[in-house]
Amino acid sequence: MSTVVQPLPPGLGRRVGRNVRDWIPAALVLVLGIGSWQVLVDVLSIERFLLPKPSDIARTFWGERDVLWSAGFYTFREALGGFVIGSGAAMLFALLLARFRRLGSALMPLAIAANAIPIIAFAPIFNAWFDVLSPTSKIAVAAVLCFFPVLVNTLRGLTSVQPRAIELMRSYAAGELQVFRKVRIPAALPFVFSALKVASVLAMIGAIVGEYFGGSQEALGIQIRNSAALFQFETAWAAIMVASILGIAFYASIAAVERMALKWQGNSREGVRQ
Amino acid sequence: MAHAEPAVALSGAVFADRRQTWPGALGRAGVTLLVLAALWGLWEAYRWMGVRTQLTWPFPVDDVTMPHIHTILQALFEPSRVNGPLLISVLLDSAWFTAKEALLGFTLGATFGFALGIALAHSRLLQRGFLPYIVASQTVPILAIAPMVVVWLKSGWLSVAVIAAYLTFFPVTINTLRGLLSADPRALELMRSYAASGWAVLWKLRVPAALPYIFSALRVSATASVVGAIIGELPSSIQDGLGGAILNFAQYYSIQPANLWATNLVAAALGIVFFLAVVLAEKLVVRRSPENVA
Amino acid sequence: MSERAAAVSLAGVSKTFAKGQVRALEDIDLDIRPGEFVSLIGPSGCGKSTLLRVIGDLVGASSGQVTVNGKSAARARADHDYGIVFQDAVLYDWRTVAKNVALPLELAGWNRRRRGERVAEMLELVELSGFGDHHPWQLSGGMQQRVAIARALAFSPALLLMDEPFGALDEMTRERLNIELLRIWEGSESTVVFVTHSIAEAVFLSTRVVVMSPRPGRIAAVIEVDLPQPRTNETREEPRFFELVTEVRERLRATEPAAELLA
Repeated sequence: MSTVVQPLPPGLGRRVGRNVRDWIPAALVLVLGIGSWQVLVDVLSIERFLLPKPSDIARTFWGERDVLWSAGFYTFREALGGFVIGSGAAMLFALLLARFRRLGSALMPLAIAANAIPIIAFAPIFNAWFDVLSPTSKIAVAAVLCFFPVLVNTLRGLTSVQPRAIELMRSYAAGELQVFRKVRIPAALPFVFSALKVASVLAMIGAIVGEYFGGSQEALGIQIRNSAALFQFETAWAAIMVASILGIAFYASIAAVERMALKWQGNSREGVRQ
Repeated sequence: MAHAEPAVALSGAVFADRRQTWPGALGRAGVTLLVLAALWGLWEAYRWMGVRTQLTWPFPVDDVTMPHIHTILQALFEPSRVNGPLLISVLLDSAWFTAKEALLGFTLGATFGFALGIALAHSRLLQRGFLPYIVASQTVPILAIAPMVVVWLKSGWLSVAVIAAYLTFFPVTINTLRGLLSADPRALELMRSYAASGWAVLWKLRVPAALPYIFSALRVSATASVVGAIIGELPSSIQDGLGGAILNFAQYYSIQPANLWATNLVAAALGIVFFLAVVLAEKLVVRRSPENVA
Repeated sequence: MSERAAAVSLAGVSKTFAKGQVRALEDIDLDIRPGEFVSLIGPSGCGKSTLLRVIGDLVGASSGQVTVNGKSAARARADHDYGIVFQDAVLYDWRTVAKNVALPLELAGWNRRRRGERVAEMLELVELSGFGDHHPWQLSGGMQQRVAIARALAFSPALLLMDEPFGALDEMTRERLNIELLRIWEGSESTVVFVTHSIAEAVFLSTRVVVMSPRPGRIAAVIEVDLPQPRTNETREEPRFFELVTEVRERLRATEPAAELLA
């Protein structure tokens, strides 16, 4: 599920959401969307199990909120753990590969190819390695899912510096470490955040899909699977909503950190044209 | 392109890298083989050490958790069930089945994503109204919706393709939008001086300018479509594809671990093949000045 | 494919930006006769590029009348009456040189054979005949600008608008291209409106030099350049050339009173 490339075009991200007024169209779409959903279920006589009414889902959401949210956080912790381990390892590895270029050029194409592997196929193996009921197996799935995108993008960011910027540092007789600290790492930040936003979504989805292959009853993915199997579709949809909300929150927090970090560094992408 | 922008695919550069030369490609293939050999060696070394020292962290090491690589390769050329066909032929059939679903999903998703990107590029209002939901759509575990999609469409493999399309369309939409908006304002002025129609500006300027971004997304989507096809098969109880094979061999993992590993190898290969196909297409279609970065 | 040069007439043209906060042009009156080569020169902020864009209908005038080739500026643009060259060649990376030159012809619906012939003609005109299959990044800056000029001349337009086309090039290439441009101009009988920062270039190329002053943009002086045609490298060394350059320079200095104190 390696999805998102750049979630929002940068120029767009800065202008949209700046004032409350900008959110009106989105709010309108939401209201219209849910409204028509509610109405159409009746009008088209859609079967309960295909698509329950939003009002029913909301009721179930409220009624089972304790179970749903605790399951949600259980899964979120798995996703977070995998995110931290996977992204952290990837960034360290990327620094290494950027420092030792020969190794980096040799391994970069392999990392890119590895990124094309459907990691989710390995979920049952992780279940065999780490007890199927333990969160560790899902953390492992999430970690591997995060690893390659963050590695590839971070490495790309570290090695995409204008030659003139490096020349300037050399003219100051700056050592490799200083070049990294003052030029490469700041230049890589936009790439890194871009990848971290992607990874946040992947981690959450990875944890849930990983649970599909087996997991603790406390996990959200299991809740979804079980309630769907028991035809309790309102519960299933409510659980899906929880998953989505947590995923969006995770993504948004990374985006917030990004805004702060990049403002601090001085956003050199001011010139992105619209 | 003075400043390299971070609109980078998960799988590499937006613009074509250094020119491919024959000795260069050969050298890279050699390095790849070397690294694969090194990984093989690491695997066997870790396994040997783990068995000897009775390692239990991070996971216990034995024949089930870490079969010998040669055992895995051997299993490919043995029947997977009594008197059945060779595992490798079973897996290749499954891979082909899944590949067809993935290909259809990829085509549907990419086309839809492209069209959506064009629509969004022409209306700031549409962007504000729909982009948040388009982004949020990828946080919804599509796996959970899969059974309903199957019933809706009354067809197993078509719903799998739809699920694959769901994972495919998003990167294409975002990058098409980004690419279309990246046109040089001076080039737009030039088109205005020609009194060019909106249609002409789109197809002669914006879309060609967007191609590197679009291919960048297609590289990601190639993998996403395979992943989508595999996970789409899981709840749909489709036996014929790789998803079914994974579930099947996962059940019997403790008896025959090599089969699941072999299936994963085939799945990995499928993902890589799709990815390479897009990379090849990109080399043929996109011509840009070589990047100048350190 | 009319070869008759266009006249350009500006009457009381003004242009403001940002809801009247920025007065880029104020009360511009200028009559450019067919076949003339007019340079616009002035310090930053004098509105010369804006004026060029008003003539080309790339920017609308806030008030006043603009007549190009006997029509409104908008009509002239729709009729492809002018070609424009920017400081940046603005060539499409994904097209070959030949396809770049063919762009306006494609937009006008010319068929492939006609396009091919015209492109070959144009490339020969700018002396880049062997480079049709190259890509822009394979060419030097000067060559890229020649491609841009070839493209601008594709319709043999009655008017040629040029916005500091040689600004990014080195002095020697610039002088060479000046001579080439004059050669092309003489052959084409177009009117040329040329924006530049370089006094020597303005005097060398033009029949008239229009000096503009900034804040708000106005015409400060119009100087007739009575150097004989055709102009050559020797023209740059004639006494009359220096006199004219000095005159333009003094008019320019006069537009910036503060600068006088520093001089």
